[in-house]
Amino acid sequence: MLTKDKAQETFARVLKHSHADETELLIGGGQSALTRFANNGITQNVSEKNYSLSVRVNLDGRTARATTNKFDEESIRRVVEAATNLAKVQAADPDLLPMADAAAFDPAGPAPARNYFETSSIGPQERATAVEKIVQVAQKRKLTTAGIYATSESVDAILNSRGLVSYHTQTSAECSITMLAPDSSGWQKSNSPDARNFDPVELAEVAAEKAKESAGPKELPPGKYTVILEPAAVLDLLGFMFWDWGGQAILDERSFLNNRVGTKLFGENISISDDVYHPLQSGAPFDGEGVRKQQVKLVENGVVTSLVYARGTAEKVRKSEFANKLGPVRPTGHGFPIPNEVGEAPMNIVISGGADDKKRTIDEMVKGTEDGILVTRLWYIREVDPYEKILTGMTRDGTFQIKGGQIFGGIRNFRFNQSLVTFLNNVLEMSEPVRASGEESFDMVVPAMKIRDFNFTEVTKF
Amino acid sequence: MSMKQIAGWALDVCHAQGVQYAEIRIVDDRQRALSTKNGKVGYVSDSESLGAGIRVLANGAWGFAATEDLTRESIEITAGRALEIARSSARVKQEDVRLAPEKAYVDDWASPCRIDPFTTSVEQNIDLLLKIDAELRAVAGITLAEANLNFRRYEQWFYNSDGSDIHQVKTTVGAGYAAYAFSGNEIMKRSYPNSFGGQWQDKGYELVGELKLLENARRIAEEAVALHKADQCPQGNYDIILDSSQLGLQIHESIGHPIELDRVLGMEANFAGMSFLTTEKLRKLKYGSDIVNVVADATEAHGPGLGTFKYDDEGVPAQCTPVITNGLFTGYLTSRDTAHTIGAERSGGTMRADGWNRVPMIRMTNISILPGTTPLTLDQLIASTDHGIFFQTNRSWSIDDKRYNFQFGTEIGWEIKGGKLGRMLKNPSYSGITTEFWNSMDAICSRDQWTLWGTPNCGKGQPQQVMGTGHGAAPARFRGIKVGSAYKAG
Repeated sequence: MLTKDKAQETFARVLKHSHADETELLIGGGQSALTRFANNGITQNVSEKNYSLSVRVNLDGRTARATTNKFDEESIRRVVEAATNLAKVQAADPDLLPMADAAAFDPAGPAPARNYFETSSIGPQERATAVEKIVQVAQKRKLTTAGIYATSESVDAILNSRGLVSYHTQTSAECSITMLAPDSSGWQKSNSPDARNFDPVELAEVAAEKAKESAGPKELPPGKYTVILEPAAVLDLLGFMFWDWGGQAILDERSFLNNRVGTKLFGENISISDDVYHPLQSGAPFDGEGVRKQQVKLVENGVVTSLVYARGTAEKVRKSEFANKLGPVRPTGHGFPIPNEVGEAPMNIVISGGADDKKRTIDEMVKGTEDGILVTRLWYIREVDPYEKILTGMTRDGTFQIKGGQIFGGIRNFRFNQSLVTFLNNVLEMSEPVRASGEESFDMVVPAMKIRDFNFTEVTKF
Repeated sequence: MSMKQIAGWALDVCHAQGVQYAEIRIVDDRQRALSTKNGKVGYVSDSESLGAGIRVLANGAWGFAATEDLTRESIEITAGRALEIARSSARVKQEDVRLAPEKAYVDDWASPCRIDPFTTSVEQNIDLLLKIDAELRAVAGITLAEANLNFRRYEQWFYNSDGSDIHQVKTTVGAGYAAYAFSGNEIMKRSYPNSFGGQWQDKGYELVGELKLLENARRIAEEAVALHKADQCPQGNYDIILDSSQLGLQIHESIGHPIELDRVLGMEANFAGMSFLTTEKLRKLKYGSDIVNVVADATEAHGPGLGTFKYDDEGVPAQCTPVITNGLFTGYLTSRDTAHTIGAERSGGTMRADGWNRVPMIRMTNISILPGTTPLTLDQLIASTDHGIFFQTNRSWSIDDKRYNFQFGTEIGWEIKGGKLGRMLKNPSYSGITTEFWNSMDAICSRDQWTLWGTPNCGKGQPQQVMGTGHGAAPARFRGIKVGSAYKAG
């Protein structure tokens, strides 16, 4: 793994070649491996080592970036030269800020421990053993399985000529399992910096049970249903709205929060924060400029209370017509590497569950549902309307009818067209939030949710 | 150090260990991205990535390892790692991998490129984008204007244990823009020449001139603003006409993905999904109406599509496979290790990898619908339609994981009445079931209306790979299609 000392030594070599006013080095990468299986056997098995070295220069109020994956002297010289040449040909940008200074990331601040030897030491044999056990579960239940078991160890480092040094390293383990029966399927997925936090066999058993229970799916008519979404389905759906949660999205007037910050947009039971320090979260405690991430309350009891801001965005918003319409405007450490068009977004979402006395497990939600549908997973979600935040997509890999408080068998998959604004006003119950992982959005800490009037518009053939 | 020497280090390690097959791809990938937003430079960046990926077949199973370090020590360690991984894979296999035979090739190829985009002036490119930006924002009501230029030079050296030694260079250019108008409770958007970054082809900078970007900017911005006053697209069953770019995406989602044989065989079951197009349907299923003819064509003769090459990433020459012939389903996208499952003696040559650090997998090449053989312009097609809706430029797209049920939305629609384009419609959407939809096609415009579109962002695989695919299409008409269900109150 590329150490902090090595990052600093590399930056010294970058600086030697730079004649810019300011210079920034962003290093990312590491080692990753992924074992993929299908039809009860390993079908693909890959390993990769790669680091990127990305240089940004500020030159007379202009900025540009160039990236290479080579650390030799000539490559470093060329990448600095490329960034400089790209910066030179632009007009000066009056909104460009000096780079963040050393105080933007105090290394003595909170540093979540997210690098585990128990994860980084996993090799191809250990991954094969895990897959072998998953396949055994499938064979025992007369099912066919497909999925992945993946591990990685990565580094994020940002250093600049104003003395800033932000460095983070972490591991990740991930397992995703599909179990296939002749006319049904089930799915489970989990990930964590620490591979000991989930058991592939347990995931396989749950996925297998879903495949068995949803066999012989019947067709229900499209319409509005009371729906219980498991955490992965919740995050895949809600993930689409957080790209609108930055100050730059408001300035660009492309956010569904334009004219809505400070209003009670969602139900009273909805509270959302961004918190990279949450014990179930992962990722670096700094943003794309190396600025320390702050905890931000995005929604409190249904009211949109705050957005997130990169340094430059906060400055621009303060000077804009929106300055007094958005609540607190300050750099929150959520910017993407500069230059970029998006600005910032909260990527460490924590959605509170219900109040303690109202939290329900998924089983309890099912028991309390007379007529409804249980959804394991959603798929191919896309935005239909950017301001009403209408999304379309499909259910997948375990969709069940609930009747009289019990699972009443599998049903054919539905297409939904659902406004997220309406959705978050219709939440009836929530579970304890858990770390969840889907396929359409980034990982979050989210509860399962029971929703009324979820809008299914069509049904497919399986 | 020559690339051939580097490849030799890897293949020697594999040979010494007695592998069944080995290949190494060394890739030098260079990209430039330029954009503007609301009168200012958005981003300006260059990137380059050089490395090697080694794939080996040992004990009947695959292993792959990749490194950015091209020193002898690193390459030999990486080859050893690929081998170790293959042997681990072999512990959990149902059957041995069977490779369709292929000859060894020694060749050198470059995609046609008249003007190397990396030799063009960055200053002038930014100036062009800013002129487009100014033209878009000259229209009152435009709240956001974005324009982009993207260049890529992808150079690959491929060597395998059969003796192939293939050098290929692909140059890709993408260009486009979008205008947004926010007002009341609606954000309206128009893009040109297509959404999601515009048009992309394996061409040089000459593409930028061909697209007439500046000339169309005012119209596009005016349409974005006018959409606020347009009527909502109605709900019901209508005859619909899709413009060629929307038809290109329709092909991508409802023909291109279902014909991927790895998906059919369950290899993608956990992520990208499977396919309704199970193998017993080959040469039996009536996929579309008699005028539906679709090919998977990677050859240079098909045009400068993002799926054009001379050899795929396991050294198989580019081919043209008939996918749908007069409506009948006739062919899959295949690889050397899947060809035998449909009784094919040879791979269809569709394996591609997104860079040196990714393993090749079955990807769409240029999946194109052939134009009508009778001369027919879009105007004539509209004139022959009594009551319908014309859909232009994709806005949203979604399809289930077996590729039956789809729903598409476009940025703008137009009512057709009495053979004439009538009122503008906002938020148009249509949906259906794949085979029912293609069997409802009753007209397609001729070659002069046909465009080879580029889709630069097709995602598949784990770790996910993003690949460019090509889709030739001409405007076409479909009868009795369900329209408007995306906006049924939700």
